[in-house]
Amino acid sequence: MAVDLENPSNYLTTRVRQAVNWGRKYSLWPLPFGVACCAIEFMSTVSSYNDISRFGAELVRFSPRQSDLMIIAGTISYKQAPILKTIYAQMAEPRWVIAMGACASSGGFYNNYSTLQGADRVIPVDMYVAGCPPTPENLLYALTQIQERVEREGLVPAAVRHAGRVQV
Amino acid sequence: MSMSQKLVDRLRQEFGDAILAAGSYRGDETVTVGRDRLLDVLAHLRDAENCEQLSDIAGVDYPQRAGRFEINYLLRSVSKGHRLRVKVDAAEDEPVPTATGLWRSADWHEREVYDLLGVPFAGHPDLRRILCHHEFEGHALRKDYPIEQGQECSRPENLFSDEDIARAARRATAMSTTPSGHQDEVHPSDLLTVNIGPSHPAMHGALRAEMLLDGETILDARTEIGYIHRCFEKEAEDHTWAQVMPYTDRLNYCSAMLNNSIYAAAVEKLLGVEVTPRCQAIRVVVSELSRIIDHLVCVCANLVDIGALTNYWYLYNIRESLYESLEKLCGSRLTTNYARIGGLSHDLYPEFAAEVRSKLNDLVAATDDVMKLIARNRIFLDRTVGVGAISQADALSFGFTGPCLRATGLAWDLRKAAPYSGYEKYDFEIPTGTVGDTHDRIMVRMAEMVQSRSIVLQALEKMPDGPVNLDDRAITLPPKRNVYQSIEGVMNQFKLVYEGIQVPAGEAYGFGEGANGELGFFAVADGTGHPYRLKVRPPCFPIFSAYTFLIEGRMIPDAIAILGSLNIIAGELDR
Ligand code: SF4
Repeated sequence: MAVDLENPSNYLTTRVRQAVNWGRKYSLWPLPFGVACCAIEFMSTVSSYNDISRFGAELVRFSPRQSDLMIIAGTISYKQAPILKTIYAQMAEPRWVIAMGACASSGGFYNNYSTLQGADRVIPVDMYVAGCPPTPENLLYALTQIQERVEREGLVPAAVRHAGRVQV
Repeated sequence: MSMSQKLVDRLRQEFGDAILAAGSYRGDETVTVGRDRLLDVLAHLRDAENCEQLSDIAGVDYPQRAGRFEINYLLRSVSKGHRLRVKVDAAEDEPVPTATGLWRSADWHEREVYDLLGVPFAGHPDLRRILCHHEFEGHALRKDYPIEQGQECSRPENLFSDEDIARAARRATAMSTTPSGHQDEVHPSDLLTVNIGPSHPAMHGALRAEMLLDGETILDARTEIGYIHRCFEKEAEDHTWAQVMPYTDRLNYCSAMLNNSIYAAAVEKLLGVEVTPRCQAIRVVVSELSRIIDHLVCVCANLVDIGALTNYWYLYNIRESLYESLEKLCGSRLTTNYARIGGLSHDLYPEFAAEVRSKLNDLVAATDDVMKLIARNRIFLDRTVGVGAISQADALSFGFTGPCLRATGLAWDLRKAAPYSGYEKYDFEIPTGTVGDTHDRIMVRMAEMVQSRSIVLQALEKMPDGPVNLDDRAITLPPKRNVYQSIEGVMNQFKLVYEGIQVPAGEAYGFGEGANGELGFFAVADGTGHPYRLKVRPPCFPIFSAYTFLIEGRMIPDAIAILGSLNIIAGELDR
């Protein structure tokens, strides 16, 4: 964006795409797929102390159809996997996914008969957050990373971004 | 002679040779009976010996034995204070008679044994899998099932069959009969099936309920759990006793300190050792802080679920500040991993007491604010008073413990009834409710936070000096100085870490008052560094089994309010 410094309040020049992406970046609507301990830290992230609304992402939606950022907070079991898939499929494009914590990223320290070894075995993931559980600061950092991508990549749907990587 | 030993003597008199064996180990009494007399003995224990609660059923697999499985019934008398373990042998093709006619909690406990070990229960009304998914093959806790062998699940299970719906419709028709004999015919197609969860926020992420509605009334409901079954018990068998500690953090992740301390105490019971007075006092402090945090989360989530969002901000801030102290103490906010078998990971930091004291003052301000908002709030009262009430007898039969049981008016708290870790030294009360409804459950938790605060302050006041770890090189790690400077120290550390603490063969049930009620670990040691079997008795497992009973006949908003007040933590429910 370029601002006319001589006459700053008058006009600025930008491209529509840039302006839209800038707006989109600060209006991500998260869908918490909170299933275990990490969900408690997600609660901390939205509560007043860490205040996720500073990043414009406080409008937590529990309907996948109304949200564009899924935050997988917790362990995904084989029993849960088909549900995760369904919920992801119900989200509208463009959509992003954060795998919060060791479990959602890789199964964490649960390598056993019931635990899926990472949510990316069933849906494409854009950002992995380390920690067991990650601190709210970590999660917020991941959110800002997604925001940067949104600004850069704009409306590229997940199906295109992840084409050929994971079969959904 | 303890009360439980006298009980065993009376049983021997009553049943003679039917009691195949009786034993006592680390203060736990056991009797072994044959399958044919099992129900007689259990019924006698319930009716004549006041064993109102079946706390748990724990199955153990011994592949080399003829009767491959050993089933342990953990019984407890709340009125008399005694407890007893009844053992019976079982095999895959020889069903054990069901105890569902005696205690309602037997329903889910037996399903779990069936699911994980494959022991059938004759006469069980609904013997399905409970933790593993419905397409799972084999039985995961058997010793010959490989821990890493995952099985994919293609779709969720349907909880209601057409037959169930037709039956519910017939029941609704029968219920609609007026005194004059007129009936409103309800067709199966009139009923609406509503599925809530497992990813619904009000179901706390991992619980699922399917409800059959006639209009707005819940006619029938079924629940499904196991969505975050993380195989705690199988993992425990795969790790050393000490390595299990971080897994306990993730049982009830809102109060990890309580899990840590109670697990450590359970292993110490097996070892026959007692920790130092300072360690006991610190465990009390961190446990009670954990209890406060757990109650804060439960109450604030419950209030959000019924639409009172402001309270969430008030309560969550204080919790956040308590987390800061815990993080400073052990490096992590939620997953504390602080207790050690025989002690603690390390001592308190110097400013801990002063910090916690001032934070607990903020707690009073926060809970006062919340009480001002809800105590006489018409909407809150309408949503909670009389909603989801349960009688004392039902609550006991369902295996309720903790705040949910106390809400029915019964002052039962293991910290008083069977004091451990020095709880007898502190002065506190047991808050109780009157009718066991949602309102009582919330208020009991609010009052318990005040008591916990007082315990913390007393414990900080009287904090004894001295070491926090036992000076026993077979149990606790040697001081770092020894490890770096002497070969004995290195070897000592190496053996403890790699081989684990060698717990002498035997079995015992260690328990304590968790945030949701009785948290117990039934541990079987075979003399090696790994648990042979570690069965958790999670307080919310039996409590959630009563959920359908509590919501039938009510509406969906009530079901949500009730669920929040039961404080079901999926991590400990599914393990
Ligand atoms: S990553 Fe750790 S804290 Fe998060 S769900 Fe897994 S075990 Fe729990």
